[in-house]
Amino acid sequence: MSKTLLIFRHEFRHMIKRKAFIILTLIVPVLALIGIGAFQLVSTDQASVETTTIGYVDEAGGFDQSTSQGHIELVRFDTHDDATAALINGGVSEYFVIPSDYLSTGVISRYTLKRQLETPLPIATAIKNFLTSNMLADKVPPETVYRVEAPLELVTTRLTETGEVAPEQGGYGNVIIPAIFGLLLALSLQASTIYLVQGLGDEKESRLIEVLLSSVSPRQLLTGKVLGLGAAGLLQVVIWLISLPLVLNLASSSIGGFFSTIQLPANFLVLGIVYFILGYSLFAALSAGVGAISPSAREGQQLSMIYAMLVYIPLWFASFLFIFPDSPIWSVLTIFPVTAPIAAMLKLGVTGIATWELAASLTVLVLSIILVMFLAVRAFRVYLLMYGKRPAWGEVIRNLRTG
Amino acid sequence: MQAVEVNHVAKSFVDRVAVDDLSFTVAQGEMFGLIGPNGAGKTTTIRMMMDILKPDSGKVTILGEKLNEATKNRLGYLPEERGLYRKLKVLDSIVYLASLKGMDRRSATEKADELLDQTGMSASKNKKIEELSRGMGQIIQFIVTIIHDPQLLVLDEPFAGLDPVNTELLKGMLADLRNQGKAIILSTHQMNQVEELCDRILMINNGHAILYGDLGEIKARYRGNSVFLDFEGELGEVPGVTGRRNHKSYTELMLDDKTAPQQVLEHLMGRRMVVNRFEVATPSLNEIFLKEVGKTA
Repeated sequence: MSKTLLIFRHEFRHMIKRKAFIILTLIVPVLALIGIGAFQLVSTDQASVETTTIGYVDEAGGFDQSTSQGHIELVRFDTHDDATAALINGGVSEYFVIPSDYLSTGVISRYTLKRQLETPLPIATAIKNFLTSNMLADKVPPETVYRVEAPLELVTTRLTETGEVAPEQGGYGNVIIPAIFGLLLALSLQASTIYLVQGLGDEKESRLIEVLLSSVSPRQLLTGKVLGLGAAGLLQVVIWLISLPLVLNLASSSIGGFFSTIQLPANFLVLGIVYFILGYSLFAALSAGVGAISPSAREGQQLSMIYAMLVYIPLWFASFLFIFPDSPIWSVLTIFPVTAPIAAMLKLGVTGIATWELAASLTVLVLSIILVMFLAVRAFRVYLLMYGKRPAWGEVIRNLRTG
Repeated sequence: MQAVEVNHVAKSFVDRVAVDDLSFTVAQGEMFGLIGPNGAGKTTTIRMMMDILKPDSGKVTILGEKLNEATKNRLGYLPEERGLYRKLKVLDSIVYLASLKGMDRRSATEKADELLDQTGMSASKNKKIEELSRGMGQIIQFIVTIIHDPQLLVLDEPFAGLDPVNTELLKGMLADLRNQGKAIILSTHQMNQVEELCDRILMINNGHAILYGDLGEIKARYRGNSVFLDFEGELGEVPGVTGRRNHKSYTELMLDDKTAPQQVLEHLMGRRMVVNRFEVATPSLNEIFLKEVGKTA
């Protein structure tokens, strides 16, 4: 068996037996299940919510119909004092006053014992619908009143250029798998980075690296390590992906219709694999370089956190992408190599990626991998045996240049 | 074929010259001492031999060829500061590192069992490395160094941190290996070990060779014209003796240029003196080391 393969096998086995790896692999599906469980619990709670009673004082007159708004019951009081007394003794949870000049000003005064940032949406909706119903009652048919309260149910259909209904309809259903995959990819990249830097740091600190290098070449050692950890990372992602349908099934049976709208964007699988491999290669090369120049595993990890955190940027700004899908920031994140894998996955789900953008993203990623790999192998040779002190940045750059 | 040939090798780092135009050879079946003070360039020299560092100039030949994957399988290296995978079991560590030297799993396991037995470490074979004492870890690392039956052994401070029992055990194993025709390079500060074990030495300081050759010849070169004498009775006048210095248990007699130690012994025997010890004063390697390093400091 070739020595690279021996190192690959050792690293892979060593990795999948690590407690941290096993915990991370299991915790993602478990957390998803807990999340769904918690959602069910909350929705059951909501279903069994007791009717809230709120009071109102009608100084304008004529507001006496539709006092039942879903879970909210409205009770009329004749005076402010009566309503305040009911609020204090717990008869109502809050009350509001419709002043005599309401029609001209629109002002409604609300009184409550609770400290709140703003009026809770169910209460505001209930009050709004109560006012609308009363103002339109007897003037228009009940259907019109209902329509005024809920004027539109927007249904969008995407057509192709030939006018047919497009197979991909977009929407959140389209982005959910890429977003989950992006998150898993980011987690896996970050974990692999930590393990690679730590592994190299440990071998450096224990001086085992010298024994290894008296048996194998730096290239064999790096390749074996990177492939071994990559295979373990891939196994982790595969386990997550296999558990995904199970979790989603459970989710759609409990959360409902939304998950039935989930669909895979075109090219998702191919691009997912391509970006996983390229993203992993870039992070492995960066980690090998950082592992080489860091005097200890701990310092290496601190340094690697810089780019390991960058990978999450597209996820932090995901809601921004949903609101402004055409912002140039997205093109930048899709082309910038460290953020490219996750940004491309998200963009694929939301708007799709333009051909030029995809080409630029992949080209920059591949060029970055080649450059970083070249520098990492140099750094590996120069700094692998430097223990105890961190080289100055100027020295690192000079050494990388001269080799 | 020499086990090691180092020809005019030089290596500089950013801030200093570590090794400067160094040449030496090590023969098969020879125990060779590489000695020098801290920072002399010993470890850099060893790392260049192991192809861990590339020399700036010069050439290193190991077992007749430039170091490659096949030659790496025929050499064993014990670095100065040691470590193994702390979480891995003893037997697994040995077998993995042996496999990187080209051994198959089965023969590596068999040989590991044999060596663990020989070193009295069999009871620890399923323990994790982190559970072992420092000395025990060192024995395991020594086993890793020799398990694949290498033709050339490079040992950097192999006795550091070992108790006297394990030191003797290791010395015995090294002597056996030399008798089997292996070349052994011993890099150490412990001059008594070098004196006891090595056939030839290379002493380096500031990256330069300052002494190189047969240990006996080197010591003879540094021999002063004096003898150590422990006797009973009165010494009196001895021809050819220019001075005497009393030590705790013996007296050192300084001889003039024309007098050989043998003549002094003959004179004493002629006087029927009771002589308990008569020794030609030869400086220890430690004294030679201090003298030479002091000269170049």
